[in-house]
Amino acid sequence: MTMKISTTLNGESVDFLCEPNQTLLEALRDRLGLTGTKEGCGSGDCGACSVIMNGRVVASCLVLAAEAEGAAITTVEGLAKDGVLHPLQQRFLEHAALQCGFCTPGILVAAKALLDANPNPTEAEVRLGLAGNLCRCTGYDKIVRAVFAAAADLRGETVA
Amino acid sequence: MTFLGGQTGQRVVGTRPIRPDGVDKVTGRAIYGADARLPNMLEGRIKRSPHPHARILRIDASRALALEGVKAVVTSDDFVDLPAQEVAAGDGSMDFRSLSLNLMARGKVLYEGHPVAAVAATTGQIAEEALDLIDVEYEALPHVIDIEAAMASGAPVLHDDLFTAGVTPRPEKPSNVAKRIVFAQGDVVAGFAEADVVAEGRYTTEPVHQGYIEPHACVASWNADGQSLIISSSQGAFMVRAYTAKLLGLEIADIRSVPAELGGGFGGKTTVYLEPVALALSRRAGRPVRLVMSREEVFRASGPTSGSVAEVKLGARRDGTIVAAELVFKLQAGAFPGSPVALSGMCALAMYDIPNVLITGYDVVSNRPKVAAYRAPGAPIGSFGTESTMDELARKLGMDPLELREKNGAREGTRTAYGVVHRDIGFLETVRAAKEHPHYRAPLGPNQGRGVAAGFWFNIGGESSAAVNINEDGTASVISPNPDVGGSRASLGMIAAEVLGLPAEKVRTVVGDTASVPYSDMTGGSRVTFSIGTCMVGAAEKVVEQLKQRAAMLWGISPDAVEWKDGAAVPAGPNAGGFEPLPLAEIAAKAGATGGPIGATYSTKVQGAGAGFGVHICDAEVDRETGQVRIVRYTAVQDVGRAIHPSYVEGQIQGGVAQGIGWALNEEYIYGPDGKLQNPGFLDYRVPVASDLPMIEAVMVEVPNPRAPFGLRGVGETPIVPPTPAIANAIRAAIGKRLCSLPMSPPKVVEALDGAGG
Ligand code: FES
Ligand code: FES
Repeated sequence: MTMKISTTLNGESVDFLCEPNQTLLEALRDRLGLTGTKEGCGSGDCGACSVIMNGRVVASCLVLAAEAEGAAITTVEGLAKDGVLHPLQQRFLEHAALQCGFCTPGILVAAKALLDANPNPTEAEVRLGLAGNLCRCTGYDKIVRAVFAAAADLRGETVA
Repeated sequence: MTFLGGQTGQRVVGTRPIRPDGVDKVTGRAIYGADARLPNMLEGRIKRSPHPHARILRIDASRALALEGVKAVVTSDDFVDLPAQEVAAGDGSMDFRSLSLNLMARGKVLYEGHPVAAVAATTGQIAEEALDLIDVEYEALPHVIDIEAAMASGAPVLHDDLFTAGVTPRPEKPSNVAKRIVFAQGDVVAGFAEADVVAEGRYTTEPVHQGYIEPHACVASWNADGQSLIISSSQGAFMVRAYTAKLLGLEIADIRSVPAELGGGFGGKTTVYLEPVALALSRRAGRPVRLVMSREEVFRASGPTSGSVAEVKLGARRDGTIVAAELVFKLQAGAFPGSPVALSGMCALAMYDIPNVLITGYDVVSNRPKVAAYRAPGAPIGSFGTESTMDELARKLGMDPLELREKNGAREGTRTAYGVVHRDIGFLETVRAAKEHPHYRAPLGPNQGRGVAAGFWFNIGGESSAAVNINEDGTASVISPNPDVGGSRASLGMIAAEVLGLPAEKVRTVVGDTASVPYSDMTGGSRVTFSIGTCMVGAAEKVVEQLKQRAAMLWGISPDAVEWKDGAAVPAGPNAGGFEPLPLAEIAAKAGATGGPIGATYSTKVQGAGAGFGVHICDAEVDRETGQVRIVRYTAVQDVGRAIHPSYVEGQIQGGVAQGIGWALNEEYIYGPDGKLQNPGFLDYRVPVASDLPMIEAVMVEVPNPRAPFGLRGVGETPIVPPTPAIANAIRAAIGKRLCSLPMSPPKVVEALDGAGG
């Protein structure tokens, strides 16, 4: 039985069809063509599929597409505005905080939610906030530094 | 071509521009294997063995084929029954028969998860249902998982045509020992007779997985005229093309292999698991087919690296001179021969100058997934045993462990046990940089210990290509044939920019497909920036020659009277004429009038890779109640030759260390008595997360390799070699007990703490 779901996706109202057993991740990738959100495990353990749903980071592989009804969802595709990168995206590039880039969409989304809730986190808070997102390439060092730099940008304290 | 080799005078090399593929990756636009879609595409799934070892009596797909939406089923009958044929591959070699039998079982299944059939259907769900409708009848056989059990007489034998190579006379009976290797130098018996102090130990490691976050994925499309397209995430589009052609009996020109973005490989994507299967399905169905592994399939059926047993014995004179070393390595190969045991043996002592050495190794098959390369294959296994034993030796001698390494360190002209003589290496410089680093003298907190360890990786060259094309507006587009695993597009573009005299952002690098650039070996062996970089220099120098010729034509002088300087043609001297410098952009704008497009490819078999040495310092803190080990500070010093893009060099070092920390403390394949893997997911196979790790300081020593562009060395693999012993040595310092078995998980630490003595 196919269902019709209405959501706000990256700031725009979007309707899509899905099966009752389909995950939000499948709907995003296969129905809506938003392949920026990645599948690394399908079991909630890697964070590659992280999206922000009603202000909270969720593993979209564990959320049913039907649960998106009436929800506001932000994916990696919604971070840049009008062609201008979000400070997190810009700082990830400057700090070389990605190698293969496969974890990057999920980490950017998780970092955005982290900074939305806590604009001035400690190193331990950043590390804990990203503990649900696996990165096998970077050792996290440059990711943590990029998040700090973006946090300073967002607080308006940037020193070049 | 000539290499500058020097450290100065470069305008691009050594800076940190933003990588050309960066924005695609932070905006979610980059297309990885699982993101690719072709019109009318089907979804494929693979049926896998539930048994660790069994004979296949019958496969019946008729019920599956009758299911609505199922378009094709393939089995081993769809692949060529290849004879044994060994060929070079990446850091080691591979055998086509093993590759084929691993891709799709023929006659026998050799591990749980071994593919027996595959299906393509209109949806993933239908394909999933169809798997249950493929009837496979098995006759279960006894299995063997443990390495030493597999070597014992009377063990279940996996291959009845496998006779141990490297022993004389040839054994009469087949066994699970595929090969015995020996490296010898001097006389170890005499050497140990000279020794005043001997340290020895037995060390074990478990198989660990590369753990790339992107599961294997591809789309393959077979056309009615026999031409086909493969889009996949791999470490080599040319490898995918060659292996697929071989396994399906196709001509190479009929396959175009397009590299998708690669979501991590670390060696694990230097082979094929999916592409030939997807293409065989597409051939039967007449439609494109996508195959994507689940995480569980990645763990059960793609290559981890070997588990191992190592016996290490080192002998030294009272003054710390090491006079003898005897090493035995037994490595699991998984279901087919091909563990990196020779590399374990070669790398274990390559940091040192030791006159008497005997290294013996065994390559052993058992009912586990076939191993694949993992970052410096074999070397971390080699270093765990030897560098732990070095630490014990330093303790017995009452010597500083870095001083012991410096005293015995390899230098110009040192002959390794495997016969190669070191040239232009920077090991001693690396040890000294570690000794001088403030970390080495920093105070430690309670329950903390400090460990050091060294490591070596060869780095390789190989068959390589690159293309440099000048555009009409004076920018350059350059092509690398090699999938980019972590910034090589940036470093290669920078190398071309340096030679052309352009700013980094005027040169854009793309990774080409197999039809757009000449052949290149895989991305592996830390070869890309070195080997493709060498070809970039070659191609860019050819382009500079063309640019000089065009300038000469415009000026009406001989090309010999033109020089290339800072991105412009200039007269070679006062006699050449009083022309103003002619910038690249102006020459490019007149290309049509001076002979047409300007561009060049360069292909060669690159040699002269510079070896990589690392020395790591690690502070570990042990919770004496729980046995939990926390890495509180980590410094990795490495000779990188010349850092082209220092951020990505640091990134390689930090990433390698993080993988080494996971290997040391948490990661392992756990099997039950039923021969089945018990932890095929990230929940129970724990790779380090951000909150497990400290900042990792990467210290780059630059001892130039005169045979490489700008003196560079490969950097990606060396950093995973020292961590496991560095951490074991730190734990030894913290608790006074040595752990000899990886992973050093909390239960093992608690057991060591509770044990008597110390
Ligand atoms: S794919 Fe959802 S957490 Fe891994
Ligand atoms: S950059 Fe590759 S997994 Fe994070």
